[in-house]
Amino acid sequence: MPIKVGVIGMQGAVEEHIRMVERALKSMGKGGTTVPIRRPEQFLDCDALIIPGGESTTISKLLANSGLTYAIKKRYDEAEFPIMGACAGMILLAKKVIGDGKKIISLELMDMEVKRNAFGRQRESFETDLGVKNFDAPYRAVFIRAPVATRVWGKCEVLARFDQKIVMVKQDSCFALAYHPELTSDLRIHQYFLSFIE
Amino acid sequence: MKIDLSKLRYGSDLLKKGFASMQKGGVIMDVTDAEQAKIAEDAGAVAVMALERVPADIRAEGGVARMADPTKIQEIMGAVSIPVMAKCRIGHFVEAQALESLGVDMVDESEVLTPADPFYHIDKHRFKIPFVCGCRSLGEATRRMWEGAAMIRTKGEAGTGNIIEAVRHRHMVKESIRKLGQIDESMLRDLSVEYAQSYVKAINTIFPNQKVEGSTPVFEEHALDEVTRGMLEILKEIKTLQRLPVVDFAAGGIATPADAALMMQMGNDGVFVGSGIFKSSNPEQRARAIVEAVLHFDEPETIAEVSKGLGEAMRGIEMEAIPKEQKLQERGW
Repeated sequence: MPIKVGVIGMQGAVEEHIRMVERALKSMGKGGTTVPIRRPEQFLDCDALIIPGGESTTISKLLANSGLTYAIKKRYDEAEFPIMGACAGMILLAKKVIGDGKKIISLELMDMEVKRNAFGRQRESFETDLGVKNFDAPYRAVFIRAPVATRVWGKCEVLARFDQKIVMVKQDSCFALAYHPELTSDLRIHQYFLSFIE
Repeated sequence: MKIDLSKLRYGSDLLKKGFASMQKGGVIMDVTDAEQAKIAEDAGAVAVMALERVPADIRAEGGVARMADPTKIQEIMGAVSIPVMAKCRIGHFVEAQALESLGVDMVDESEVLTPADPFYHIDKHRFKIPFVCGCRSLGEATRRMWEGAAMIRTKGEAGTGNIIEAVRHRHMVKESIRKLGQIDESMLRDLSVEYAQSYVKAINTIFPNQKVEGSTPVFEEHALDEVTRGMLEILKEIKTLQRLPVVDFAAGGIATPADAALMMQMGNDGVFVGSGIFKSSNPEQRARAIVEAVLHFDEPETIAEVSKGLGEAMRGIEMEAIPKEQKLQERGW
C-alpha cells in the first residue's frame, strides 16, 4: 500500500524534506505521497511524520495554537508511529528543554534533555563529516544554530556524537537529529527513517 | 569509522543558505529595544531585525541613518532566543564586520540606511555570516546573489505602510523569471552581459578615459568576464528552477495581515515587517495576526478572522507624496 508521510508545514525547511522523502521513496522502490501538515485533520491518516528545522520557538507556538501538539501526542500515546525531528524538531521531541526552554511547548516524546543553540549563534554554525551508528561511511552533517542532547535516559539510544556531544538519538519509533539531513543530497537519513514504516 | 576533522567548515555557502531556509514561511520583525523584541518573539516571529529607529521614523526625521548602537543590538540579542539580524549601510563593509563580531545572525545590507559607497555593494563572500539584500528587479537580485547574498527581499518602499512598491518589485522579479523560461542560451548570455554592466559603470566613473575590457577588474579582484560568467551561471539556475535559487522574502510597506498574505500568494517565501507593527495601535495583536496570515496565506477565512478589530494600522503614505530623491528604493543598483 502506498504510504503517506506528513511534514509539519508551519515554517522552515518544509519543501526540502518533502523533496528528500520523495527521492528516498523512489530510491527504495516504494510508492507514497508527502504532504505538508498545518492542521490536525491533515495528519490523522499519515503513516509517518517529520518535524523539520526552522525556529523552534515559532514552530512550537504554531503547533500548540493549531491543536497539533495535542493531536500528535494523543495519537502517539494510543499507537506509536514513526516520527523524525531535525534541529528544531529534535527540540520539540525532547522531554526536557533547558536554557530558554520555557518558551518551548514540547511534544515530550523522547527521554532526553536538550539544550538549544548549544554551539552558539549562526557564526558558529558548521558542517562536518559525522560517524553515524550502522552507517558504513561518514554522513555530511550541517549544523545550523543547532541543539544537542545534554542527557539521555530510559529507552533513548545514542546514534551519533560530535565532539562528545550527543547529536542523534532513537527511541522506539521516534528519532531525532541536531543537524539538517534535508540540506544535502545524501538520502541515507530519510531512507533510514522510511524503513521504520511497517 | 575514521572521521576527517579537517573537513569541518564554518561560514560556507551551504550554511548561509541553510540559515535562510530556516526562516521560510516566517515573519521577521523590526524592533528597536528588548521589550519589542520579546513581543515579536512571543507573537511567533522567526527572527527580529535590531534597529535604532524603524524606517517610518528614519523617513520622518531625515539625516544620515547608520548601523544601530551595538549596545542596543546586544540588549536585543540578550532578550530573545530567535535569530537577531541587523542592518548595515550599502557598501559599508566595516559596519558589517562589526555586526559579525557582535554575533549577529544575519546582516541586511539595506537601502533603509544611508548608502556608504557610491560604487559598490559589499563583497559578501568575505563574511562567515549570511547577508540579505533588497532588489527591485531580477538584475539587482542576480548581482546581489553573485556578490554572495544568501537571501533576497523586495525593496518595496520602507516606512510607508504602502504595499504598492513591494508588489511592483515582486512582479518585476517574477515576470522576468517567467521570461527566462522562454529564451534561449544566446539571449541568456546577452542578459548576463547587460546585468554585468552595472559594475562597468563604476569603473567608467572612476576612469572616464579607460576602455573596460573582459580582463579589467570591475568588482574587487574580479574581471568583467568573470562577473559576466557568474551572472550567466545564476541566470541558468533561475531559468531551471523558475524561482530565485535563494530564499526570497517580501519587504517594504507591509502593514496588515492581508498585505503579508498577498506577498505570500505572489510567491514570496516569507515577509519582513518594519514599521507596520510597532507603529500601529496594538502591536501584540497585529504581530500575532500577521504571523497567522503568513502561515495560512491561502485561507481567506483565516485572513478575515485575524484582521478583525486590530485597531488602527500605521497611517501610511501615498507614493506620489514622496519626491523621487526621498525614495529609499532608489538606493543601490
